[in-house]
Formats: sequence, structure tokens, C-alpha cells
Amino acid sequence: MKISREDVLRVAELAYLDLSEAELETYRKQLDDILEYAGKLNELDTSSVEPMAQVLTDNQTADATLREDLVVPCGVAEDVLAQAPDPEPPFFRVPKVIER
Amino acid sequence: MTTTWTIEGVREALAGRKVSARELAGEFYKRVEERNPELNAYLTLSQERAYTQADRVDAMVAAGRPLPPLAGVPIAIKDVISTRGIKTTCGSKILEKYVPPYDATAVERLEKAGAVILGKTNCDEFAMGSSNENSAYGPVRNPEATDHVPGGSSGGSAAAVAAGLAVAALGTDTGGSIRQPGAFCGVPAMMGSYGRVSRYGLIAFASSLDRIGPFAKNVNDVASVLQIISGRDPQDSTSTTAPVPDYAAEIAKPVKGLRIGIPTEYFGAGMDEGVRKKVEAGIELFKKLGCELREIHMPHTDYAIATYYIIATAEASSNLARYDGVRYGLRVESDSLLSMYRKTRGAGFGAEVKRRIMLGTYVLSAGYYDAYYLKGQKVRALIAQDFRDAFAKVDAIVTPTSPVPAFRLGERTADPLQMYLADIYTVTGSLAGVPGISVPCGKVCGKLPMGLQIFGPAFGEARVLQLAHAFEQAGGANL
Repeated sequence: MKISREDVLRVAELAYLDLSEAELETYRKQLDDILEYAGKLNELDTSSVEPMAQVLTDNQTADATLREDLVVPCGVAEDVLAQAPDPEPPFFRVPKVIER
Repeated sequence: MTTTWTIEGVREALAGRKVSARELAGEFYKRVEERNPELNAYLTLSQERAYTQADRVDAMVAAGRPLPPLAGVPIAIKDVISTRGIKTTCGSKILEKYVPPYDATAVERLEKAGAVILGKTNCDEFAMGSSNENSAYGPVRNPEATDHVPGGSSGGSAAAVAAGLAVAALGTDTGGSIRQPGAFCGVPAMMGSYGRVSRYGLIAFASSLDRIGPFAKNVNDVASVLQIISGRDPQDSTSTTAPVPDYAAEIAKPVKGLRIGIPTEYFGAGMDEGVRKKVEAGIELFKKLGCELREIHMPHTDYAIATYYIIATAEASSNLARYDGVRYGLRVESDSLLSMYRKTRGAGFGAEVKRRIMLGTYVLSAGYYDAYYLKGQKVRALIAQDFRDAFAKVDAIVTPTSPVPAFRLGERTADPLQMYLADIYTVTGSLAGVPGISVPCGKVCGKLPMGLQIFGPAFGEARVLQLAHAFEQAGGANL
């Protein structure tokens, strides 16, 4: 067994996910199965392999790396705030963060 | 009136004034009204925007002005692609009421080319799934066999085109989500190379893998849609500057003498016997067309699923961190900020999305990063090298799209790992960044469609389309 109940709790904490008791056990078992399977990558010696950090080579996106740093009109604040669950233009409102 | 509309059919009918764009849109909406309650392919219809665009096209016809390439063509858009003013849910409760303030570049380009956007199609939540059963709005049914899944994640787009509820559709493919539903529903479906089509406005699942691509009734129409949506977009720094060839011209070129690689690793255990027979017949057809068949080896194929599910979930865990109940989407109120985040995400995401966020968070977490994520990145490099080595010897690679035909609704939901393993033939090309198409290759047991997959080298879309077109013209769909 690779994944314990504590591992699942730790990961749920990192990912900000509230999980029910039933979910905890289901995910423990399923993550365990999947990671067990992923262990097959260890059959490969990759000590001299460079990780593939990007798909395209530089010459395929030649002009993409740098562009002129220009200010362009934006003006989307109203549209964007309209989608917020609790807007207080020009702000997003959230529950109190600092305890008194 | 024709029941099977193609892009060319629409063009001729509009130019010959046999139908107006408005009438055509109305005809499609009527069919959607009839079939959608059963199929659940569309989540949202955008009549107002569709008719406004149709009227624009009709005005051009009336004025005798030249029509743009997709004038009046009714098109469906997967619900993970942003549409200004049209609800875009990603198949998730967390975005149940989300209305994007802008259009994806692909959508903008389609409309500029005259296309009429009919609405948004159902999909697995955040494009995570292979059966469309992970949608928060219920599964899509396969129009060819309604007790079967349409495939996923772009199941709604595939079903809409297969059932004649759109002439073409956009889907997205991260590990097979265009090609596999195309295969299951019996329509051609293509993902271009990574970087070929702008991802601007595509709501991200795994940014190094996600691609937008078309479904259509035939390969010509797939090419016509790909032509419009391809090309550099300053809004997506990973969209390539490589020129876009004229696919319509390339597609007609003869395929005689082209070298096709058949990778032995794709024909091992686990393949349905019915699928095997059809794909073998498909390969024979290429031989009859004068292609040269070569057995090749892609030794890292067997590691692709593990690699894919590490990298894709790692990227997903990062991309989906944005759903926090603050800027858009669902919020579950609570007394503290952290508790609001947890409750919102716990309630808003479905089971598969949570599973992938958990897995991705784990493989990126301290102590496990090197063993899983970095290892995955290295094996991804080996898989990409397999493709480069193969394309040094052959012009294209032919495989089945999926080891199995469409399965029954509910048949495979209990064990996520088993569901993942069926993505074996599609995830390889996703990891390598190469283009791939699925074309219909007969029906298993005379009932369930099955797809033949063609991979080309990076930016070799024209070659892929050319072979798919020749295969289709030679009767591949009726094998």
C-alpha cells in the first residue's frame, strides 16, 4: 500500500478540498491503485534523459518569446466582476481573513 | 431537403438560393428539439447569436457579395471553449452559471468565416473522462446505439455531428478526447499538432496537452474547419508561427507510395477481436491504395498511460486551483476564507475531477515530485523520441483509435484505472505533440462504429488529412 489515509488527508488539505468520510476511503484505494500502476515507469532507466519541459522547439514559436511591452485598452472590469459570486465593485469580496 | 448537410452542400444551397442561412439554422434547431432530449448532446442553445449571424450571411447573399468559406455552416462548440455571452459550464457544477466575457480565438475565427454557432455541447467535467459519464449534466447517448456511451470527453460534439444536429463541431483533445468519441460515434475527428490551433479561451485542463480540433461528416469538412482555426495567435504564446498549408489542395494529392508505419506495440493484448479485424482490413485498404506498409517499433508505448496520467493530473491540479469561489462560479459560504475554498471546491467538483486534482497534487508534492512528475517528464521525452524515430522511416503511423468499441452506459464507471487504460492508443500522440485523426473504419458486429487512427509528424496535418481522405474515398467507413 502506497497511500495511507493520512496521505489522502494531507493531499486534500493541499488541494483545498473538503472530502466526506466515504470519499476519503474511496480515493485512498483508487489513488493507491493508480500510483501502484504508475510505478511501472521505474522499469525505465532515465538517468541520462532530459525531461520534456515543453512541446514546441524554439524555432516553432520564434516570435513568441518576446513581444513589445505595450499598454493596450482593456476595460473589462465590469464584465469580469459581473461573474463574481460576491462583487463589491471594483473589488471581489471574500470572507474575513484576519482574526481580531 | 437534404438530411446530411456538408460544408460544400451548404455553400451550394446558399449560393443557389435554395435555402437561407436562417432557414438552415431553423432546420437544425428543429432537429435538435427532436433528438436532444434523448441524446443530451447540447447543454445550451444560442439561438439569438445564431440567427443574428445567419441574417448577416443572408444579407451577403442578397447583396451578391462573395461568401466566406464557412458561410451559414451550423457548428456546435464543446462547453469547455469560451463563448462571449453564452453560458460555458465545462460540464461542471462549479461553473453552472458562468458566462464568459470573451470568445475563444477558434470561435472568433469560425464566426469571422461565416459559421453559425448553434450552441454548446455536453462533455465530461473539465474534459476529464473517456465516456461523457462525468458530466454534471448527465451523460450523452451514442446516436448509433443509444444504450452505449458516445466516448469522451467531447461526447456531445461527436454525437451532435453523428446525429445531424450540427454540420461540424469543435472539441478538445488532451489524451484522446476528440479522436475516441469520433471513433465511437462514427465520424472523422482530428487534433492538429500542439501549437497548430490557438488555445486562447479554451478553459484549461492540462496546458501542455490540450488542443482544439474539429468533428465533421467527412474529411474534407474536417480540413475546412481546421484551415480556419489554425495559425498563430498573439494571445497564445504556444501557438506556432509555422505557416498553415492549403489543406484542400494538399488533401487531393495521391497517396501512392507513401510509407505507413504499423507499430507492433499497438496490436498486442487487450484489443477487442472485432476491432482487430476492422483495423486489419483498414490496413489492407491502404495497401490497395498503393501505400507501402512497414512494421515499426515504438518501444515506450506501454509507459504512455502512466506518464499521461501523471503529467495531465499534475497540470490539472494547478489549472483548477483557480476555482476558489472568489472570481467566478459557485461559492459555498462559510465563516473563513479557507473553509469557503474547501467547501466550494468540495461541493462544486465531481468525483473524477477531485480524483485527478488529488492525484496531481500528490505527484507534485514535496517528496514525490522527482519520483512521479519529473520521472513522467523524462518518459514523455522518450515517447516523443519514439515518434521522431518512427517518422525518420515512415510518412505516417496507422493504429486503431481505441482498443474497444463504444461500451454500455455505466459498464465501466466503477474502476477509474480500467477506464484510463483504454486510452492507450491516443495518449501517446498527445504526449508527443503530433497531429492525429480518427476516421470511421467499419462497424464492429455490424453495429458499433470503430475508428482508425492516423498520426503524422509535427505539423504534418496535410499528410494526415490526405491519407484519411483517400481512406474515406476508398470506402473505409464501410469495411
